[in-house]
Amino acid sequence: MRSALDNHSFYAKINNMSDSEDKGVLLEVKRLGVEVGGKCLLQGLDMTVKEGETHIVFGPNGSGKTTLVNAIMGLPEYKVVEGDILFRGNSILDWNLTARAKAGIGLAFQHPPVVEGVSLRVLLKAMVSDEKAPEEVARKAGMENYLEREINVGFSGGERRKNELLQLVAQNPQLVMLDEPDSGVDVDNIKLMVSIIRKLLQKDKLIRERKNSGIIVTHSGMILEELHADKGYVIVNGKVKCFGSPLDIFDQVKKYGFVRCIKESRTGEKT
Amino acid sequence: MKKLDKNLEAEIANLTRVGFDITGKTKRSGSFLIADNNTAESSSNEEDLIVMPISFAVEVYDWVKSLMFSLVKREQDEYTREVSTQKELLGSFIYVKEGAKIEAPFQSCFFLHNQGFKQVLHNIIVLEPLSELNIINGCATGNLVTMGNHIAITEMFIREKAELTYTMIHDWGAETVVYPRTATDVGKDAVFTSNYIALTRVKKIQSNPVAYFSDGAVGKFSSVIYGKSGSTIDMGTRGILNGKGANCEIISRIALKSSRVISRAYIEGNEKDTRGHTECNGLLLDDKSSVYTIPELKANIMDTELSHEASIGKIAGEQLNYLMSRGLDEETSRALLIRGFLEKGIRGLPANLEKKLDELIEIATSGEGV
Repeated sequence: MRSALDNHSFYAKINNMSDSEDKGVLLEVKRLGVEVGGKCLLQGLDMTVKEGETHIVFGPNGSGKTTLVNAIMGLPEYKVVEGDILFRGNSILDWNLTARAKAGIGLAFQHPPVVEGVSLRVLLKAMVSDEKAPEEVARKAGMENYLEREINVGFSGGERRKNELLQLVAQNPQLVMLDEPDSGVDVDNIKLMVSIIRKLLQKDKLIRERKNSGIIVTHSGMILEELHADKGYVIVNGKVKCFGSPLDIFDQVKKYGFVRCIKESRTGEKT
Repeated sequence: MKKLDKNLEAEIANLTRVGFDITGKTKRSGSFLIADNNTAESSSNEEDLIVMPISFAVEVYDWVKSLMFSLVKREQDEYTREVSTQKELLGSFIYVKEGAKIEAPFQSCFFLHNQGFKQVLHNIIVLEPLSELNIINGCATGNLVTMGNHIAITEMFIREKAELTYTMIHDWGAETVVYPRTATDVGKDAVFTSNYIALTRVKKIQSNPVAYFSDGAVGKFSSVIYGKSGSTIDMGTRGILNGKGANCEIISRIALKSSRVISRAYIEGNEKDTRGHTECNGLLLDDKSSVYTIPELKANIMDTELSHEASIGKIAGEQLNYLMSRGLDEETSRALLIRGFLEKGIRGLPANLEKKLDELIEIATSGEGV
């Protein structure tokens, strides 16, 4: 049985193996433990995301994927009880949501709330302080007709997902976190969303020129095929249990489910 | 406009905050302005819209006197008694001739210019059958005026198939006490839309306007109140459905910060096929505030449909976090949520009016969120 310390150094070593050795580290998650309402949802999680990298997080329902991105974003109910989160080398644990967002961390929520009375236009204007920006941003997401709508009021699942991406376009974060951006989205809209995500992650640029990084929680093969992500993780019961090529992991999960995938990875660790 | 001292002129130029635009940039069908007890402006740009001080009107039209105290009783309370015992009549008379549809809004303003002044008014508004008018009525105090007293009886008569939209915007000084006494007779198949906006600090406002509905008459009352530091506001509309098929809706949205608001709504169904609905939403922004909603329904006939709903809450942490996660600071996020909450109370108004009130709410909520 591998000790917690061994696991830590092992994952850290793997995480540091990257095609982009010369790139700076954007996000470093160290032995992260997170509780919500006194319940432990993440334990000893390590993750290093370099500039320009895209990481995919897999895992069964309730495994801690959403907890990870929400804790990095800084939602107050997600209490970090151990470890640290470094963004561009600085611990951000004491930073509130605003500070993290302004520093360049952005999250497309899995379940964004309804914000009655506040139109999308009002929010976008407050975010970008440019009169014309709301139109331009909305056009990129094909949501020009939604500008006067109250945020998420009466939106379908797919509309909410698009709206989340649209807000990230306005925010233009360097760390793009997407929590199941594709769930409830039809095929045509997934294509549009993938193209927006590619832009957010600067996939149209040369690898060495990319500065934006992504952490994407997804179950969709289509997103994976289009994004050419760098690393994949499987989180189970709040711990990283498996890692590797995102497409490989996806294939294995599809064929054997998460349980077999975890076993396979343990075998891999020993060799 | 009468020749006024420079100081008053400057203050009047600043009254766009309550919808009174003296510059002429905004199209108006007419204007009426009383500063303390001085009728500074009384004008109409329309042949079919008659505007004059009430003291003239009782001389010009012999029927005006019979309208006074026909809806509001002299003995109703100490304030109505005070109006009834005034030696000199002060107030506005607004009269729209039969069939005249006045497109541009009419603006009026009751202004307290000097510290501690007590303004006592009696206003009469008459819309003859098939006529239409949109009134924006601003009430305000001067920049340096904190204390004052405003007592006003307003009696409105909307005759058959006429339509009146009446928007009252209050911006009183912090120590001002205000006692409007308003009653409206909504004639057969007439439409009355009443909007009340109070977004600034005031010592006390106490008002329970009443509307009597004839056959087929329709009324919609919207109140948007932002109670601030030390304000006490006791507001509530009474809708009396006396005519067959009459319909009345009373909607209130109240945000409170260190203030106390009593929100009353009373609907009485006295005839067949009448319908009434009242809705009140309160948003408490601190523990120093208190909101008391009192919805009352009275049915005196089986065939009337009356309903009410009310909710009181605080800013949802989930919504606040969501906005902050987009890079907005806490104060801005709170301000946006308060603004959104209040603006829902004015949705569905004519586009120009909605835009104006949006602006006022934006000003009132900016920098006030925390």
